[in-house]
Amino acid sequence: MHSEQKPSLLLKLAAWGGLVFLHFPIFVVVLYAFNTEESAFSFPLQGFTLHWFADAFGRQDMLSAVWLSVKVATMATILAMVLGTLAAGALYRKDFFGKESITLMLILPIALPGIITGIALLSAIKMANLDPNFWTIAIGHATFCVVIVYNNVIARFRRTSFSLIEASMDLGADGWQTFRYVVLPQIATALLAGAILAFALSFDEIIVTTFTAGQERTLPIWLLNQLGRPRDVPITNVVAMMIMLMTAIPIFGAWYLTRGTENTAGASK
Amino acid sequence: MTTTAVQFTNVSRHYGTVKAVDDVSITIADGEFFSMLGPSGSGKTTCLRLIAGFEQPTSGSILIHGKEAAGLPPYERDVNTVFQDYALFPHMNILDNVAYGLMVKGVGKKERYKEAEAALGMVALGDFGGRTPGQMSGGQRQRVALARALVNRPRVLLLDEPLGALDLKLREQMQTELKTLQRKLGITFIYVTHDQGEALSMSDRVAVFNKGKIEQVDSPRNLYTKPATPFVADFVGTSNVIEGELAQVITGAAQAFSVRPEHIHFAQPASADHLGTQGTLIDVHYHGATSRFEIKAATGQLLAVTISNRDAEDPTLPRPGDAVALSWARQAMVPLSAGTR
Amino acid sequence: MTMAATLPVTAPVVTARKGGPLRAVSSFLYRRSTLYLLLLLTPPLLWFGVVYLGSLLALLSQSFYTFDDFTMGVTPDFTLANYKALFTDAANYDIVLRTLGMAACVSIASAILAFPIAYYMARYATGWRKGFFYVAVMLPMWASYIVKVYSWTVILAKGGIVYWMIGKLGLTHALEAVLALPVVGGNSLSTSNLGRFLVFTYIWLPFMILPIQASIERIPANLLQASADLGARPQQTFRTVILPLAIPGVVAGSIFTFSLTLGDFIIPQLVGPSGLFIGTMVYTMQGSIGNIPMAAAFTVVPVVIIGVYLAIAKRLGAFDAL
Repeated sequence: MHSEQKPSLLLKLAAWGGLVFLHFPIFVVVLYAFNTEESAFSFPLQGFTLHWFADAFGRQDMLSAVWLSVKVATMATILAMVLGTLAAGALYRKDFFGKESITLMLILPIALPGIITGIALLSAIKMANLDPNFWTIAIGHATFCVVIVYNNVIARFRRTSFSLIEASMDLGADGWQTFRYVVLPQIATALLAGAILAFALSFDEIIVTTFTAGQERTLPIWLLNQLGRPRDVPITNVVAMMIMLMTAIPIFGAWYLTRGTENTAGASK
Repeated sequence: MTTTAVQFTNVSRHYGTVKAVDDVSITIADGEFFSMLGPSGSGKTTCLRLIAGFEQPTSGSILIHGKEAAGLPPYERDVNTVFQDYALFPHMNILDNVAYGLMVKGVGKKERYKEAEAALGMVALGDFGGRTPGQMSGGQRQRVALARALVNRPRVLLLDEPLGALDLKLREQMQTELKTLQRKLGITFIYVTHDQGEALSMSDRVAVFNKGKIEQVDSPRNLYTKPATPFVADFVGTSNVIEGELAQVITGAAQAFSVRPEHIHFAQPASADHLGTQGTLIDVHYHGATSRFEIKAATGQLLAVTISNRDAEDPTLPRPGDAVALSWARQAMVPLSAGTR
Repeated sequence: MTMAATLPVTAPVVTARKGGPLRAVSSFLYRRSTLYLLLLLTPPLLWFGVVYLGSLLALLSQSFYTFDDFTMGVTPDFTLANYKALFTDAANYDIVLRTLGMAACVSIASAILAFPIAYYMARYATGWRKGFFYVAVMLPMWASYIVKVYSWTVILAKGGIVYWMIGKLGLTHALEAVLALPVVGGNSLSTSNLGRFLVFTYIWLPFMILPIQASIERIPANLLQASADLGARPQQTFRTVILPLAIPGVVAGSIFTFSLTLGDFIIPQLVGPSGLFIGTMVYTMQGSIGNIPMAAAFTVVPVVIIGVYLAIAKRLGAFDAL
């Protein structure tokens, strides 16, 4: 829906002003990473330095938090890709009794406040007499990442003509061959976009993780702990900027992979 | 000796309470150009999909070349389909699209590309193998779909309204070419269409579908000259179906019959071989070569009369509002059975 | 452009087809489409049934467990004491009202800020601007939550950017006057409800923009032409056609802003005054005290509120805008 009229100045101002507001804190994070001052947030900045980057990368606790986050996000993404694709493949075409409930169940982990999912998982872990560890974090993350992959893949399925699958079978390909040569290439970019977003979501998650991590420290939890340490402010600033960059790049990637389609990736987090 | 390509015996396909195909029996001969004609929702496409294997019959038996096909998936059947939307794989180039059927059957790369090139040459697209479907026009895509099906050497080719998306000129050209191709290859074509002109001009035989049932299976000429039911009379060409009170008035019997508009003249019945009725001319539609006159009979039923146009306007023809007498020869009348209504 | 039938129609190229167990499985499943569907659904259903619904059930059952105040231990003895405490303790009502008030303010403010952006995106942004706006909204939405919150603590800190700018504009007194107000005010921006409101609004704003944009985008252009054709001035068209059709988008967005505010326990910890929120209450209960049964009982509050909210939203047609 587009208008032939020009937008009013007020509207333009509000829209572009809103964008500036959205990006302002991101800009501030980048700015402060190069600040020379050690323990305050005073503005204007005192000077420019790259010194803290070296310090940050020397922090073993930070590096092991990054490594744990990468492992968790990778595992959660793989699980979400399998489960989300299966669910999308089952739900996109046929209508059957209970379909609505299944869709609702997939959405619930991100529709309900994260604290509920978190404490529910924790109480289940406690009841099963398990200790929170890598697997409890990854399983929790996978649960709310499924819907990200599912949304992306089902949107692509819906845009793909079913006659392609029929044509493949008509030409002699069985179900496996049809999946390998027709279905997979059709959904590949949507699946990849979903995987990227799922990875980004898991990498950044803190609310649920607080409950399922136990003594383990993912990067966001490490950062949260850092906030209580005023002497570490410069390192916190540097790591904050790095995290920002690490989550920004995948967003561009996911957008690029699904651009020009109706349901663009990431429209719902 | 003609053998049977496809045989339906009491085939039904129900979706819940909807009878998409309802107790259909047909025999399609090997090498025949067979059309399934009917309005949308009449069951013709479902019949095609039953042959292809995309649907399974609720009851009845489908033999393809003498082998029971019910339960066989599409990839185990010796038939190939040209889809209405062509269904070309958008992520493959044209050559890979055409070679797909051979690829999944395990034919070597060199051999399958050779075959695919030959098939593309056959549809006059020899130089287009490197393009993607997105770079082709509708007509070209339609040819690729044809080549992709034919490269597998099916014994039966199924075509689901393949010309529906093309413009009129291209459609007429493709009709001729499809017919020629079918003659040369000698394989069975089963062609689904809702366009009666298309069905009549190309087919050896046509099955007319209505509400899941077959009304009539016959040669195009017989369908037109001897429609068996009111539906066929009306759907194939246009016809005046006269039944009930008006039939009683004209013939003295309630038996329904049809008369083609071009067989009716403005005149009193001249002899015992002619019948007729009276009415009021309501409207005249000019169609170029012909004009179509709409008449309201005394019973209120609308009748159509088609008259060839001459160069100048004929002053003897009636004008709207005039009372007119209609007459037709007794042999122009075709008695109709009830059929599905 | 005529077709020449040169394909020799001899025997088919391949007569013998590949058999094998895989193809047999494929054919078997093709004939039994229900079984095939079931096989696809089993892994996700098992996962969600066991991991997710199982956890929710575990949570529910724990809310009936007994917490011993002396030993600080949980025993699986059935009790309704947690729910009794939940409804009788007046402090809990404060917590719920405080959280709901914030959620409502944040939702309204987000809607007001989001509308012009969404409207501009949907109606005026074309070509590169469309993609630009899209990415420009997605980026802050997906950027690390904890980093964004941290950034705001930096921005709002005393001596930080906001204080500096207000000082430059000579508005320091005005800021002090605002902070002296009851409810919204506080010692400084970062310990006031105003600061907390600002951070919440910022964090959830993108979740409001995208559904509104989607619902405006879906309004057919001919509807607006029809309105103009019938003599409506642009403002009238906006008020009588666009605004009502954008309401489902606003409601859809508010589901996010509401639900996310109700469940958050990090922003209330880092920004604003000390009063507890539902999220912080649950977090404190299970964390420092270890009273999971009470925390579990408390989660019923957001679940019920969101349940009611979703039911209303569904009536308003917001689910089509999701």
